[in-house]
Amino acid sequence: MAVAAPQTRHAEHEGPPVRPTGRRRWTAGGWLRVAWIVPLAFLLVPVLVLALRHWLSYPSSPFSVLNPLDDSGWNDDFWRFAKQDLQPLITTWTVVVPFAFLAGIGGFDYWAYWISGRPTRPEDHSGHGARTWRDYFRVNTDHKVIGIQYVVTTIIFFIAGGLLAMFLRAELAKPGMQIVDPQGYNGLFSVHAALMIFLFIIPAFAGLGNYVIPLMIGAPDMAFPRLNALSFWLLPIAGLMMLSSYLVGPFAAGWTNYVPLAVQQPEGNLFFQMGVQWAGASSILTALNFLVTIITMRAPGMTFWRMPLLVWANFATSTLVVIATPFIAGSQFFILFDRVLHTNFFDAGEGGYPLGYQHIFWFYSHPAVYIMMLPGFGIVSEVISVFARKPIFGYRLMALSLMAILILGFSVWAHHMFVSGMAAWLRVPMMVTTMIIAVPTGIKVFSWLATLWEGRIRFKTPMLFALGFVSMFVIGGLSGVYLGSIPIDIHTSDTYFVVAHIHYVLFGGSLFTIYAGFYYWFPKMTGRMYNEALGKLHFWLTFIGFNATFFPMHWIGVRGMPRRVADYDPQFANWNLIISIASFFLGASTLVFLYNMLVSWRSGEPAPGNPWRALTLEWQVSSPPPVFNFDEIPQVVGSPYEYGVRGARHAVLNGAPTTQGREAAPMEESVP
Amino acid sequence: MRRRAVIQMIGIGFLAGIVTGGVAFFIPWLPDQASEEAKAIDAAYWFVVIICAVIFALVAGVSLYSCWKFRAPPDDEDDGSPIHGHTGLEIYWTAVPTILVTAMAVFSGFALAAAEDLPDKHGTIQVTAQQFAWSFTYPELDRTEGELVLELDKPMQLVLTAKDVIHSFWVPEFRMKQDAVPGVETTVPITPIKLGTYDVICTELCGLGHSVMRARARVLSAEDYAKWAAGDSGDSAETTTGEGGDTSTEGR
Repeated sequence: MAVAAPQTRHAEHEGPPVRPTGRRRWTAGGWLRVAWIVPLAFLLVPVLVLALRHWLSYPSSPFSVLNPLDDSGWNDDFWRFAKQDLQPLITTWTVVVPFAFLAGIGGFDYWAYWISGRPTRPEDHSGHGARTWRDYFRVNTDHKVIGIQYVVTTIIFFIAGGLLAMFLRAELAKPGMQIVDPQGYNGLFSVHAALMIFLFIIPAFAGLGNYVIPLMIGAPDMAFPRLNALSFWLLPIAGLMMLSSYLVGPFAAGWTNYVPLAVQQPEGNLFFQMGVQWAGASSILTALNFLVTIITMRAPGMTFWRMPLLVWANFATSTLVVIATPFIAGSQFFILFDRVLHTNFFDAGEGGYPLGYQHIFWFYSHPAVYIMMLPGFGIVSEVISVFARKPIFGYRLMALSLMAILILGFSVWAHHMFVSGMAAWLRVPMMVTTMIIAVPTGIKVFSWLATLWEGRIRFKTPMLFALGFVSMFVIGGLSGVYLGSIPIDIHTSDTYFVVAHIHYVLFGGSLFTIYAGFYYWFPKMTGRMYNEALGKLHFWLTFIGFNATFFPMHWIGVRGMPRRVADYDPQFANWNLIISIASFFLGASTLVFLYNMLVSWRSGEPAPGNPWRALTLEWQVSSPPPVFNFDEIPQVVGSPYEYGVRGARHAVLNGAPTTQGREAAPMEESVP
Repeated sequence: MRRRAVIQMIGIGFLAGIVTGGVAFFIPWLPDQASEEAKAIDAAYWFVVIICAVIFALVAGVSLYSCWKFRAPPDDEDDGSPIHGHTGLEIYWTAVPTILVTAMAVFSGFALAAAEDLPDKHGTIQVTAQQFAWSFTYPELDRTEGELVLELDKPMQLVLTAKDVIHSFWVPEFRMKQDAVPGVETTVPITPIKLGTYDVICTELCGLGHSVMRARARVLSAEDYAKWAAGDSGDSAETTTGEGGDTSTEGR
């Protein structure tokens, strides 16, 4: 049974936010407070760390060589020693400065007031909802504002990660080294992967979910709005941290960061270890929020079996995040301890076990593949059903297969380690589970195809991306079956075949679904329509560029080109040149997307409430929705996918049934 | 009408099958097959390729057909048929893939056993990986070389370890790959069946010299191998013998 959400008329409490004036502006939460608190924390850290080391008589304290009488060479010595001290300094900075930033922006204000006994303002929603563009740069508790903050932030990191990939391909266009040195090259692909995974795919889904889930289940907001705001602000911290590794030389041991290489690497590696902590904290908090929201805040009548599949998908994903993400946090903390505190978790010479790292890492990072896939499955289920004008085929099996993937996902991690030298007996059981997980995935693909069957398919941009996803993901899934078979994996592991496979899964899979989601909910989020012709152009350029870039990688991988190499055998020169040219084409296609989004957001046609004639609840309110989503909590009375069923209803809203099927007329509600 | 639809669909499926089959079978995917182990691995490869190609052709056929056949005419406001599911069909597409993946897993399991099956009578070579070089110690000959020299048709057990970080031993023509891990001894069997010179490639990111961490693998006939074992460096001018390249035997 769904639990009724507490039904308060928030709108009455709503007033224009009271901004402090005069000197109070410097102490109130916001960018002015950030402007002094962050530099202060930044300066305080070296003073404390160096003073502590000096006081404890650490030999490498730069103050120990500081001799004011000798003004000739102490400067050099000082900086040489200071550089030895860089690791503890960076570690402390990456812990303290983000907290200072969060405190400055006001992420902890409510709790700080509450703890210190100062009056809190529980019913003051001055930080809720966006009235001007400036509200998007403040701590805001409205899930719709946070959703847009997430999406825009992740697109920025997507561009950064994409540019790194362009440099990568430029270097690989010819054999030999032309643009960067080998360490720089290793940095390029490491930062590219880390940004795309931790700062784009995972949080982009979190952002879309943030915007859409409360609307879809008929809730006024997320269960913990203040926690929601905090989880967003953790994200730019993680991204800037990973990028700022370029200040000391980027982390260059791959996003997998295998030990002992990771321990041996220069200081830049610390930025990855700490960046993952902040990104991980962000996704764990968001996942908890999703779980509590989905379990407790569904509108009356919204039983689990009436939830849209996107909600199911985020339910499964959030469970994965909460269980799995602490494992990568732990694995990176162990490396941090090995590096900074000189522990020996992974040092074979001191009794450590390097393969132990891989087990912990993949115990997160394989479920992470599903964290990056399941929300996409949800988006595609919504889009295909709406644009084929048909109920989703086999709804219950679709939901159950998500749960099956969730459970099986924890039993396949060691298929990344078939050639690693781990316990040999573990390989065959892991191969069997890996093969079996293809079954629920297959069920989903077949059900989407069956949903198309006898539909009335409209090829709008979201639908093109959803169909592109299904076809590309089938290739990525089948190459996954190749890699799941141990004998084939022995040959293809760590080759370009794997590079091709993961890009078919994460680009042709996740990214296509993210694009589908961006286009599909763009009218809802911005209140404006995107340009359909440009959207279609973007799809076709991306689809062609993607296949031209990544399909040949299967071949060069099987033929013998290892991955993560800055230079390669001249026999692969022609193909690499072709791939590089295709990748620039692919990169350029993103410009069409960005142009379309920016121009349409500014001056697109105003969007009606329900431009796609969809049944789910988020389309039953205006575009963009009112601050508290629904004037009255809707009453859910049926399935969300009853296209073509005469007289079927999903929900009763404001006393009227939701629009559906043929009777649907776009609800022309004005934009506030 | 119904029959025409079936024929059209089979036609599209057939086309998809031809394209998929062409990509799978007419492009020379695999490198030369130069070891006994490669036979087992290639068998598994082709077994999986055939099943996957059929599945892909089927999916591609159905999706292309649906997109073409069920596209809505412009300005059409109708909904599709309200089909909610079909239990029989759902049982089929759960059961059939389960059987297929089980078949692939079982076949792969046997292929793995065949590839790793090493006769009792085999030689041993110690392989040591370090940033960014390979060294090969031949215990029977009591010497260490920078290249892997194998005798045709003679099964060999390679015992790998690493000095600094994780590396990975791969010879594409032998199909075999195995990580070399510090503090751990891993093994990989190789039985060369084709004369020639191949590349030993490091496939685990090991630092800035990763892409140039290569060595040569030579497969010699019995008499050439005997000559080489007797101290002749064979056709290789740069191969060091005896104490020359012997820097990596300590600790082994």
